[in-house]
Amino acid sequence: MAHSVAAVQPAAAQAAPEQTLSMNLGPQHPACHGTLRFKIELDGETIRACDPEIGFLHTGFEKLGEYRSYNQFVVVTDRANYLSPLNNNIGYAIACEELFQVEVPPRGQYVRMAMAELSRIADHIVCVGLQAMDLGAFSVMLWAFIEREKMYDVFEAVTGARLTTSWTRVGGIFRDVPEDFPDLVRAVTSKLPPVLAETEYMLSKNKIFKDRTVGIGTLTKEQALSFGVTGPVLRACGVPYDVRRARPYLAYDKVDFEIPIRTEGDVYSRFLVRQEEMRQSLKIIEQCLANLPSGPVCSVDHKVALPPKDLVYHDMESLIHHFKIVMPGHGIAPPEGEVYSCTEVPNGELGFYLVSDGTGLPYRVRIRPPSFYNHQTFSAQVKGRMLSDAVAILSSMNTIAGELDR
Amino acid sequence: MSFDFEKLQRAVRERFDSEVLEWTVFREQHCLHLAPERIVDVLRFLRDEPAFNFAMLTDVTALDHLKLPASMEHWARERFAVVYHLNSLEHGARLRVKAYVPEEPCEIDSVSGVWASANWGEREVFDMYGIVFRGHPDLRRILTPDHFDGHPLRKDYPLKGRGERDNFPKYTEIPERG
Repeated sequence: MAHSVAAVQPAAAQAAPEQTLSMNLGPQHPACHGTLRFKIELDGETIRACDPEIGFLHTGFEKLGEYRSYNQFVVVTDRANYLSPLNNNIGYAIACEELFQVEVPPRGQYVRMAMAELSRIADHIVCVGLQAMDLGAFSVMLWAFIEREKMYDVFEAVTGARLTTSWTRVGGIFRDVPEDFPDLVRAVTSKLPPVLAETEYMLSKNKIFKDRTVGIGTLTKEQALSFGVTGPVLRACGVPYDVRRARPYLAYDKVDFEIPIRTEGDVYSRFLVRQEEMRQSLKIIEQCLANLPSGPVCSVDHKVALPPKDLVYHDMESLIHHFKIVMPGHGIAPPEGEVYSCTEVPNGELGFYLVSDGTGLPYRVRIRPPSFYNHQTFSAQVKGRMLSDAVAILSSMNTIAGELDR
Repeated sequence: MSFDFEKLQRAVRERFDSEVLEWTVFREQHCLHLAPERIVDVLRFLRDEPAFNFAMLTDVTALDHLKLPASMEHWARERFAVVYHLNSLEHGARLRVKAYVPEEPCEIDSVSGVWASANWGEREVFDMYGIVFRGHPDLRRILTPDHFDGHPLRKDYPLKGRGERDNFPKYTEIPERG
């Protein structure tokens, strides 16, 4: 008898008309980080198909880049990833410097590196906080934002702005950091390890958190490579790829840090990778502050970088340089050619492909955003999963609509 | 860790001699210029050959050569170039591949069967440049709306647009519920 029931059931299931529910997740939804939309086919609560629709924040950054000079475009890079504008500024400046072949003095490199890592922590900590919030642990989000505010205070002291930093220039940064820079940074970083420990204490053995993250959204190593996934999502799949190690820029070859990897490839391991990366960033910041060289922060090649203001007032040649750089129709111009340069931002590999036609405006500016290629894996990750898993997966990828849509 | 680009160049030229147009190096970055016909074969070879193993397609984008200055005429073999950035994680090497696509027919084979990342990358190139990728599983616009007309990153497309903002379809009355 039992045998016949088992035989009947699948046939009955087949005969029933397939009923799926089409549902929109987003574009305005608290769990959608930014303006993202997903067209989801639901069977009960199981996702049968998902079509991510992007482009709501498309503002034509790349087209705009063709009409802005090399230094003006820094402002646009702030807006690309609004969780870590400093990393974007630095990534863009490095691409320009590779095209112009201009050297940044050691102090400029170390200051940039310290700020890049601080910005990485600010990004990761908010990502982890929001991930916890999406899964019901609200306090972690509050802790994260408290810490990020303190980091933004440092950004404000150094760059003059909290969010739209526009800090870098071709050849360096626009002004030196405050005299008490190491103390400012240490005042923030020294408070971070207890917060990280508490976050981990709160989440890493939490049954609810683990039930909703372990084994969810698993990507295999092969899938991740084929999809061009980078950053913590790739490292959680067991690939030790980090641009800071693979193609060292700034002075990353002179500091000691590890690349944390996990092999599970799920949401939980991404959380652990981010946690460990923040600790490594703290280590890098401490090394930068301990070995902070003295000297200029911007290139002394004044054909490319603006000379200091007091020189402009008192020195004829500096005045001419200043004039040549600032006046429309003059400006700085690289030789004809093309460069692809990439840096490790919190979400992965941020690439800039610049094509120069020898004038002061780039012929083509391509931003290779990490979120774009990471976000593409979303449908593969949610297929066959529950609707609630989609929220957990989305927050673990830390997709930023600004750089996704550009 | 240094990668032997000479060897790579020899291997590619040996197998696909008729396809290779040029091999350039600028700022220590190597660029392989290709005719578009066998792009899938060449890129598959670059991915699968263990000595090179370009496991990751970092980016797909394109270039419109329409307004290049006279001094750069040698770049403009055709109106467009599809630009692939490959990354070999194992060997720590990067390679840029350019395939030239004429204005008419503005088509090239899709490499989305080689790397999954090409799916959205090629959709974006189609959206922005109007280059059609033959054999692409899902060639729709990705960043601009479906009803959008034109391809914004083409050089003959004006920065301020062609009035799309003024003619954007909008509801002036609340539609009757059916």
